[in-house]
Amino acid sequence: MFENLSERLEGVFQRLRGKGKLTKDDVERGLREVRLALLEADVNYRVVKNFVDRVRERALGAEVLESLTPAQQLIKIVHEELIRTLGETPAPLDLGGSRPVPILLVGLQGSGKTTTAAKLALFLRKKGHRPYLVPADVYRPAAIDQLKTLAERVGVPVYDTDPTDNPVEIAKKALAEAKALGRDVAIIDTAGRLHIDEAMMTEAAAIKETVSPREVLLVADAMTGQDAVNIAKSFHEKVGLTGVILTKVEGDARGGAALSIREVTGCPIKFIGTGEKLEALEVFYPDRLASRILGMGDVLTLIEKAQEAFDLKKARELQEKLRRREFTLEDLREQIKQMRKLGSMQEVFSLLPGIGKKIKEMPFDEKELVRMEAIINSMTRQERLNPRIINASRKRRIARGSGTTVQEVNKLLKSYEEMRKLLKKARGPRGLERLARRLLQAF
Amino acid sequence: MLKWFRRKKEEAPGTQPERAPEKAPLSEPVISQPQQETKKNLWQKFKDGLSKTRERLKDSLGELFEIDRLVDQAFLEELEEILITADIGIETVNRLLEPSRKKILTGEPLKVSELRRSLREEMLQMLTVPTPPFPPEASPAVIFFIGVNGVGKTTTLAKVAWHLKNRGFSVLAIAADTFRAAAIEQLETWGNRVGIEVIKQAPGADPGAVVYQGLQAAKARGTEVVLVDTAGRLHTKYNLMEELKKMVRVADKVIPGAPHENILVLDATTGQNAVNQAKLFGEAVKLHSLIITKMDGTAKGGIAVTVAHLFKLPIRFVGLGEKMEDLAPFEPKAFVDALLP
Repeated sequence: MFENLSERLEGVFQRLRGKGKLTKDDVERGLREVRLALLEADVNYRVVKNFVDRVRERALGAEVLESLTPAQQLIKIVHEELIRTLGETPAPLDLGGSRPVPILLVGLQGSGKTTTAAKLALFLRKKGHRPYLVPADVYRPAAIDQLKTLAERVGVPVYDTDPTDNPVEIAKKALAEAKALGRDVAIIDTAGRLHIDEAMMTEAAAIKETVSPREVLLVADAMTGQDAVNIAKSFHEKVGLTGVILTKVEGDARGGAALSIREVTGCPIKFIGTGEKLEALEVFYPDRLASRILGMGDVLTLIEKAQEAFDLKKARELQEKLRRREFTLEDLREQIKQMRKLGSMQEVFSLLPGIGKKIKEMPFDEKELVRMEAIINSMTRQERLNPRIINASRKRRIARGSGTTVQEVNKLLKSYEEMRKLLKKARGPRGLERLARRLLQAF
Repeated sequence: MLKWFRRKKEEAPGTQPERAPEKAPLSEPVISQPQQETKKNLWQKFKDGLSKTRERLKDSLGELFEIDRLVDQAFLEELEEILITADIGIETVNRLLEPSRKKILTGEPLKVSELRRSLREEMLQMLTVPTPPFPPEASPAVIFFIGVNGVGKTTTLAKVAWHLKNRGFSVLAIAADTFRAAAIEQLETWGNRVGIEVIKQAPGADPGAVVYQGLQAAKARGTEVVLVDTAGRLHTKYNLMEELKKMVRVADKVIPGAPHENILVLDATTGQNAVNQAKLFGEAVKLHSLIITKMDGTAKGGIAVTVAHLFKLPIRFVGLGEKMEDLAPFEPKAFVDALLP
């Protein structure tokens, strides 16, 4: 998300960058673009106004006009104000108090509460917690089944909700059950509700009253428009929020809702949902997002993702091999395996700085990785270590064994050869981008 | 009227409802007697919902159009805020307000009432796109429900099924969302409530295969309208868009010319991203129309004006709640009046 905002701002700053000194008019022109970019990104009208006012105040002060690098200075101010609006530091989940700690998820219909509940359970389980899932949406057809199915997928026990019970009772009983089972966190998935539906908002407040959750998280869609402020405000006033989870962030929504919600509620954004896979939930870092908005990339998130997915020992081995320039097909297979653990390639590339839109929009078939792995699996160890021995007859055998064609085997071998050459050259930041581009074309 | 509904409801699911003799011709006027009643009630509901928003806006913004004075800079700014907060989008808003801004700059007097009239006309113009009859004239008429995750495709499909059934059509639904957990059960529950048959396969099945099987069944049964529930997909996901294309190809193979209508379902709370959605979905498959859901909240769905205009897509219905009767035909005039205070 935010790519479009980044591009716009980059354009503004590019033009300003050439200038030695900025006049008030230059700053105003820059601010007009900032305003336009934010409005296009769905940041609420009033929030934009306040934001631009704050930037203007600082920009017209001595800070920018008298600086030797005025454009840089202006970018810095926008960056700082973005961070200030998004929240200075990441806000961890509050899991204090007596066990099981209840977490309540609320939000509009279709914002992604049920999927997020399962993702959060998986996230907590990986962190060593013993979460429990509670389906309390008795209204939407099959909502309970949906969470039960997802619970099984993430390996977390789930309360056997009786759909004829009322949600307040369900929450109460489920909490007792969680306690009996020795679970330490209970994630309660409530029904989607409109913020102006008095009866439903009262129900949400009643659930909160009954279970006194440590966290009441608003699950909000990153694609939400101007109405985000009304939604967030109502939920905050009527139920009382402690944080926000922003979903569907992996699309091309400009995500201005994040700024709006944060500004009107003051509640931190705690997580973002970044994909359909159940692992696709990330802790939200305001500073990283601010950097991403300004097109500075988000290498930290990438490194973290990699650390989680990669086997450190294997990674070191590979690094050593790369240094010695011995990148074999076995290493490629290992890479493919780890890449698949990392999530989609496009997600990964989106975090790299300086990698433009073009790459992000290139079609990339994730199943290709599966096929590539199958081809390599059908080779003998000898072939993998020394691909030069793969002749036509061997290729036919490999194709048969992997359920592919000789052309595909050829393509893989060619890609491998190119990758090997590229890895030799991949030094420095430009090298990374070249490598990324090459990798995508190879598939 | 209630009686009529009850009678319809009590019909055992799966039995072919007899074609209502008074079934309206496919062109105007499409609404049969009982439907007119529901339409009126629903329309009232829609208006009530919108007036709530209006009142709220009035509180914060003052009664902008109430006094017929001369338009000035401050007025234009206030108007800009109203239009932008309705999600119409800055580009469209600028285009709409450009002539007035020029007039102000050149000192030409412009009355508030004039401005309102011209704005209203301009917006109605934007919403005026050719609207072929619904359902499309084909037998079976195959309709795909398409959209990003969480916009309400399944619920909307159920509402449309109910609407068509009440108009006397025989309707069948295909559960082609095999990805989301319990999506099939959700559609089945709706199928039971509405009283239509749902063709399904196991979760995780190839959606193309489900479409194939479903359309074969529809052909064999002589069903008049087939509604296909597709999985929610973000328009930026290459693989999922390819999957959608494949489903369309499969449909065309079983019934040449199908799908006859691809409806993009848009959530009224969505902001400018709706334009990208329409663009990318439209690049993958041909889009024919829109349905705007969740119009019962405070979101005004202004982006619909921009999307309808940019892509020349008629808006078929608006969704107004969680029940199967909460669907109203789209009325451009009322919609525009609600956008303008």
